[in-house]
Amino acid sequence: MTTSNYATERETAEGKVFTVTGGDWDQVVSGTDPINDERIVVNMGPQHPSTHGVLRLILELEGETVREVRSVVGYLHTGIEKNLEYRNWVQGSTFVTRMDYLSPLFNETAYALAVEKLLGITDDITERATTIRVLMMELNRISSHLVWLATTGMELGAISIMLYGFREREYILDIFETITGLRMNHAYVRPGGVAQDVPDDAIVKIRKFLKMMPKKLKEYEDLLSGQPIWTERTKNVAVLDVTACVALGVTGPVLRSAGLAWDLRKTMPYCGYETYEFDVPTHTDGDVWGRYLVRLAEIRESLKLVEQAVDRLAKPGPVMVSDKKIAWPAQLAIGVDGMGNSLEHVAKIMGQSMESLIHHFKLVTEGFRVPPGQVYVGIESPRGELGVHAVSDGGTRPYRVHYREPSFVNLQALPAMAEGGLIADVIAGGASLDPVMGGCDR
Amino acid sequence: MTGSNDNSTGGVPVPVTPAGATSGAPAEYPPASPAGRGMFGVQGSGDVSGYGGLVRPRKPIEESPRPYGGYFDEVRDALEEAYPEFGDAIEKVVVDRGELTLHVRPERIAEVCQVMRDDLALRFELCSSVSGVDYLGAEERRLHVVYQLTSMTYRRRVRLEAAVSADDPHLPSVTSVYPTADWQERETYDMFGIVFDGHPNLTRILMPDDWEGHPQRKDYPLGGVPVEYKGAEIPPPDRRRSYQ
Repeated sequence: MTTSNYATERETAEGKVFTVTGGDWDQVVSGTDPINDERIVVNMGPQHPSTHGVLRLILELEGETVREVRSVVGYLHTGIEKNLEYRNWVQGSTFVTRMDYLSPLFNETAYALAVEKLLGITDDITERATTIRVLMMELNRISSHLVWLATTGMELGAISIMLYGFREREYILDIFETITGLRMNHAYVRPGGVAQDVPDDAIVKIRKFLKMMPKKLKEYEDLLSGQPIWTERTKNVAVLDVTACVALGVTGPVLRSAGLAWDLRKTMPYCGYETYEFDVPTHTDGDVWGRYLVRLAEIRESLKLVEQAVDRLAKPGPVMVSDKKIAWPAQLAIGVDGMGNSLEHVAKIMGQSMESLIHHFKLVTEGFRVPPGQVYVGIESPRGELGVHAVSDGGTRPYRVHYREPSFVNLQALPAMAEGGLIADVIAGGASLDPVMGGCDR
Repeated sequence: MTGSNDNSTGGVPVPVTPAGATSGAPAEYPPASPAGRGMFGVQGSGDVSGYGGLVRPRKPIEESPRPYGGYFDEVRDALEEAYPEFGDAIEKVVVDRGELTLHVRPERIAEVCQVMRDDLALRFELCSSVSGVDYLGAEERRLHVVYQLTSMTYRRRVRLEAAVSADDPHLPSVTSVYPTADWQERETYDMFGIVFDGHPNLTRILMPDDWEGHPQRKDYPLGGVPVEYKGAEIPPPDRRRSYQ
């Protein structure tokens, strides 16, 4: 046993006895600088109520000033990318929709676009299917930004906006439920088109929503924009300029709040976004305030897009490619328990047409084959560039699918935003990145 | 197309010893068909129908002939001009489905990225994505690192691909050129065991620090346990009979 300075030992009849003494306090104190050495390490998370999802931050503090931030991610890693390799191409959409749970329709659309590019059927996707995709994505963008507004408000102490944001989001989720059968995790956008057409009562709901939402946005602005606490907490906080954003790979509203109008819907259009009329809002300060303004303005732009898409839906048409080797034969219908096969279709394959049954069986159990190769598709999700790198080896299952998740990439910027600032601004800065950990960790 | 991989067992596939993880992964076998083998993916069941022996050949990637079309020729010419060692560093140029892929020798990847970012005619300012693909059984250098570069100035995309072997999975880190590659290289290391030399902090990021094995490798089992459904036992996804 080693002897310690703090506990001298001596042998007695009862055994070894230690005498514990303290060091000389003066000696201990003289070695430190009480002003500059007072650094403490604070562990924030992984379950802190003020962090988005299960994010852990290790902060090194000097008083209230943050000297170093290290983020620890991975708590929500579910191995979705690996799981995809054991399911066929169509089943993939049910998995990817669960990645970033606040923007499921973007995950699905990006995946569908990648598979279609691999199949070489990008130009065969019907106009109506593309319009429905745009409609769903823009509604989803609004709902995602509303959650951002709600959670960020809550994190900065504005509890009312939290309630309002979630209230309006629920309205959009209700529209989703009418169209896809589910509030979240829709698996609605499939390779080749969408699962089924938009029902008429959904159009009525969307029209009502379009009328209601501008008033609500006005309410949010009345509540927050002029409020001194909100401006104090957001202006000049967590600043990140364009150079830093590009170097760190940050895209989306954060990049646009710094002044660069980089929006893939405009710069590298997909899904026919070049035929819609909308603007890309920017701001120049690159702070939390700017990101707040950009996101609110983006909701307005999305409303414009939704309106245009709904108008285009007046023209009927197919929502799936005509190739029966890719399009699922099931004419899906919404039942009380969600989306399922229509009774009409079941009656046909079970009672009338043996060929239809065989075809249905082959497509569902085996799936379609995708020619070997690799593609990368990037779309503008509410958080930035959502990229899908899909590789096929010619089989009925994906060989590899990688998601370039904006939440994952953007989170790297947190130390650059927060170091040197106050601990309270870590919350504001982190929230302004809008990370969704389900997407980040996949 | 039809043929057996292993003649010593009379064409009947036999169980393969587990590879990859040694802990935390309950599956007994590696994925049914890491190299496109087996139509039903069944292993070790004595299935003599012959389907288990089907092998789908994988064609090697071929160099694309010029002209490539689009901006691809311009990108290649600009890189050739700005980077004197082009012939040595670029193994292959492939154009497929409207996308340009430059296959780069792994030890040159950081240099190529530097030129791609800084040359005025190239200007790939943004590194959108870094990830890996494991081509097990298809080639000796089975681990590929894939970089998706985006030029915001010219609105172009290019993919760089570098292949390393599993025995020597080393290549230089590009974090000095693209700081955003930091976490993405960590993820690629975590998932594929590819070591990026010069990375400031190459540790696991998604899996726990003490995890063994690299889950996205093709010889790493998916894992899972059989579940009971309405009286029948359903095997885990990688043990089910399924088409490949």
